[in-house]
Amino acid sequence: MGRRGRLVVKIAVWAVGLAPLAALGWWIVRDDLGANPISLITNHLGDWTFRLLLASLAMTPLRIVFGWGWPALLRRLLGLFAFAYAALHFSVWILLDHFFNWGQMAEDIIKRPYITVGMLALLTLVPLAATSTTGMIKRLGARRWTRLHRLVYLTGVLAALHFLWLAKVGRTDQYVYVAVLAVLLGVRVVNWARRFARRPEKIPHPRPATPP
Amino acid sequence: MLSRRAERFKTSEITDETLYWSRREFIVGGGALVLSASAIADAAPSAPAGAPLKASHNDTFSAKEAPTKFESATTYNNFYEFGVNKDDPAREAHRLKARPWTIKVDGFVQKPKTYDVDELIKLFPLEERVYALRCVEAWSMIIPWIGFPLNALLKQVEPTSQAKFVEFTTLLDPAQFPGQRPGFFGGGLDWPYVEGLRLDEALHPLTLLTVGMYGQVLPNQNGAPIRVVVPWKYGFKSAKSIVRIRLVGEQPKTAWEKAASQEYGFYSNVNPNVSHPRWSQASERRIGEFRRRPTQMFNGYADQVASLYAGMDLKKYY
Repeated sequence: MGRRGRLVVKIAVWAVGLAPLAALGWWIVRDDLGANPISLITNHLGDWTFRLLLASLAMTPLRIVFGWGWPALLRRLLGLFAFAYAALHFSVWILLDHFFNWGQMAEDIIKRPYITVGMLALLTLVPLAATSTTGMIKRLGARRWTRLHRLVYLTGVLAALHFLWLAKVGRTDQYVYVAVLAVLLGVRVVNWARRFARRPEKIPHPRPATPP
Repeated sequence: MLSRRAERFKTSEITDETLYWSRREFIVGGGALVLSASAIADAAPSAPAGAPLKASHNDTFSAKEAPTKFESATTYNNFYEFGVNKDDPAREAHRLKARPWTIKVDGFVQKPKTYDVDELIKLFPLEERVYALRCVEAWSMIIPWIGFPLNALLKQVEPTSQAKFVEFTTLLDPAQFPGQRPGFFGGGLDWPYVEGLRLDEALHPLTLLTVGMYGQVLPNQNGAPIRVVVPWKYGFKSAKSIVRIRLVGEQPKTAWEKAASQEYGFYSNVNPNVSHPRWSQASERRIGEFRRRPTQMFNGYADQVASLYAGMDLKKYY
């Protein structure tokens, strides 16, 4: 892919990342947030956090399966958008939903497992966002940086639990997200397993003891 | 993304709150004239949902708060027969044929009978009652319902001494209720929707068999043509689009208990001290308000209903 192509996909990612916020702005301007605006905003931001997180997790599998190079260029941007939406989702919970009622929030975090894991998912994203710059990659060294950023798999699992546990009986869209996550992580597992299988044997073959 | 929003009502379809109240004043103020026998006959809503429905306002049983916006009460609904999202009922409501409609009242009664809903409405004087509605999901509304006490109907069919509970069954018809069709991932409730009350709860004067709201025939998404409203319990206890009321000897197995008994008990009285695994019940958001407000015991109806549960451990019987 040439420079132009890369520019086009980056612009596309920015558009996708900003569109949900634009939609929210549009609904606010039109006073069209429905009967329960706080719930609508929270769910909208939560849905897009998970979608963008899945999108960032999809880049490596695209390379593995199709051999494309360009998805890797979008991974950081998608990941940072996911973090931004997670932070907004969380802020709405503090600001609009509970309005700084710390006691109530603490009770929710402790007593409601879906909130506990949601909070943990956000926390796992913080070090990843903080070390997302090229400078930080250099400072940490590619190996350590890569190892640290595997934390995002845990983020995905925690986000899935968050959604599974908050969804009421009868709702099914959470299973779509979980299925996509399973495929994206599954591709990596298969890839590791194959690489491991192809790895040259390191253990030396036992040799007959040399006679004295 | 944009499709998740509820289809908006046409402005012409919305009863403006002030207009609604002025109309109510007209109904009440018109007194003698409006509430004459002919007016009561007019009340029979053979007309579709949304047609005006006259009723005398029952002040004793009414909350003194301003009702929730009509648009909110008709576009933000939990009615799983139409779908699990809040905007599904308003969007799918047109599929339900609310007339003609019959409702069978049987079980442990002397005089079992199948009523046509319009015939039933003519049997009892309609009352308007402004009730608080508290959803188990920690939001609430104030709704001016129109109906008559369930006990009036139950007295007509004469429950026998074996009757201990009342079981309500909602219409089962996947053609009219898309939410009853089997989904790709399965899930959903065990249809038809079944709810129940203890006989003394069903006979309580607050328990309202409901055929209208906001001065109109009940909209489909709110449980047309006939539903029950039990204001001191979480909203899901108030069965909608009822086709059968059966008096039984055993505690009915309700749809939500079958789906998740650890989350939804048979009693499901509004109780700020017993939290649901996913929602604290200590506070609620009144639709239309910004800040949460504390939830009241029995949804504010403790004075009238607390005696029904004297001596019961409400943490055990949640």
